[in-house]
Amino acid sequence: MSARENVERAIARAKEHESFHALLHLSEDAAIARADLIDAQESKGRLAGVPFIVKDNFLTTGEPTTAASTMLASFQAPVMATAVEKLEAEGAICIGKANLDAFAHGGSTENSAFGATKNAIDQTRVAGGSSGGSAVSVALNIVSFALGTDTGGSIRQPASFNGVVGVKPTYGMVSRYGVVAMASSTDVVGVLSDTVATSELVLDIIAGRDSKDMTTLPDFFAPLAESAPRKIGVIKEFMTDAVDTEVREKTESYIAALRERGHTVDEVSLPLTKYALAVYYIVVPAEVSSNLARYDGIRYGARAEEATSLDSLYGLSRDKGFMPENKRRIMIGSYVLSSGFFDAYYLQAQKVRTLLINDFNALFADYDVLVGPVAPTPAFKLGENTDDPIQMYLSDSMTVPASLAGLPALSVPAGKTGSGLPVGVQLIGQRQSDAMLLALAREGGA
Amino acid sequence: MTQISTDDVRYLAKLSSLQLEDDEVDTLRIDIESILDYVAQLGELDTSGVEPTYQVTDLENVWRDDSVNTYGVEREALLALSPAVDKKQIKVPKVL
Repeated sequence: MSARENVERAIARAKEHESFHALLHLSEDAAIARADLIDAQESKGRLAGVPFIVKDNFLTTGEPTTAASTMLASFQAPVMATAVEKLEAEGAICIGKANLDAFAHGGSTENSAFGATKNAIDQTRVAGGSSGGSAVSVALNIVSFALGTDTGGSIRQPASFNGVVGVKPTYGMVSRYGVVAMASSTDVVGVLSDTVATSELVLDIIAGRDSKDMTTLPDFFAPLAESAPRKIGVIKEFMTDAVDTEVREKTESYIAALRERGHTVDEVSLPLTKYALAVYYIVVPAEVSSNLARYDGIRYGARAEEATSLDSLYGLSRDKGFMPENKRRIMIGSYVLSSGFFDAYYLQAQKVRTLLINDFNALFADYDVLVGPVAPTPAFKLGENTDDPIQMYLSDSMTVPASLAGLPALSVPAGKTGSGLPVGVQLIGQRQSDAMLLALAREGGA
Repeated sequence: MTQISTDDVRYLAKLSSLQLEDDEVDTLRIDIESILDYVAQLGELDTSGVEPTYQVTDLENVWRDDSVNTYGVEREALLALSPAVDKKQIKVPKVL
């Protein structure tokens, strides 16, 4: 198929599935023009003519970048995110921008200022989030892959909810230049895709050191031709009664298949699992309050024109530009960083984070891979958790541990519940073991 | 149980440069109280002698040349993003 045929097919599918609200922007004309250009080229890149979608917190030029917020509703990015630039250099064609929770704050894509994305399998349920639009775009077969970001589960959980592959790479593997910052110590750029092989190809292209992002590591990623027998630990704290029965059953079946393929599987303990969510909801709001301080209505973004003083210009622009969840996180961050509370909350959380990392390291002395569910439930109903932030946060309880430790983690489709909802299983490895994890998932047929 | 008053919420809003509507203050008070109550469980753990972890790359002091790099973005392009510009300056309400 020509690049143009590929792009036209993807755009037609995107339009057919508008009711899911997976996309905030479709770049039809620009994408077709690029496709014609690629069809006319003699030397083809590794992704020549392959359409893709990016979460709308990646800066792309020539179309809006909104982070699904009113603050950036009309923002036109002056630069291109490195990950997008690298994909386009290999001939891939970005056809649009995917919906998310505003500023990636959320686990359902219901916090988007432009309306929720609906689950690809059941429109009465959430897409998951915050990379909900990316996951649904892949699940609906609009594109074979989409870029997302994962700060505490934002790629893995929507991948699980929609039955696609989701990869959160090792912290520092992929450049974050040109990505709207949320919590800088755990934010990573990753991929949602139809198959593991697609993710491997995309990661091979986007991984590596970037002089524009000082936190990137030298390129260590090289896909492996095949997997080898591994020592695998099932995290018992991820398999408690708090986790939906069918989710546990699917995880058990996946584990049984690992044993049949010759891997050694034991039950292991990550005792601090219980506290990881509390660490996350201190550290992340603290970093959010700092990263979102830049939105002041002055240099870019929405400005409250009625403001008469500088203080009210800041205050009103921010009150109008942020969603309730953004405000909650900013204010929690201000609280845990303020004098008098800093030691008890922020410092204590960063110390417990050290203990959690120590627990992981102890396990990785004996095991190559850790396994468990991605989320405690399949996709929940739209509106079910919107009134209770803690209930919404609990959806992240098994994804945040790997984020706090900077570990690579995948969500791999592991079947469907009796009512047809997808369930993902999570594979977690040591830092820089991304290729090994992906090969293991590929061996399992994903 | 962590107690947060509406005055606390207004103070946090001030620290955060958020000019909240009155009806937002009550909802935020309840939410912030329940979140702080949840995260307070970390107080159960003994962390004496434990070093905090602020980042996980092991990278330290990554240097670059001390030279100007515009990353391909010109001044005009950046000024064009501002809601109010006059004579190549960004306009704001009176400060003093």
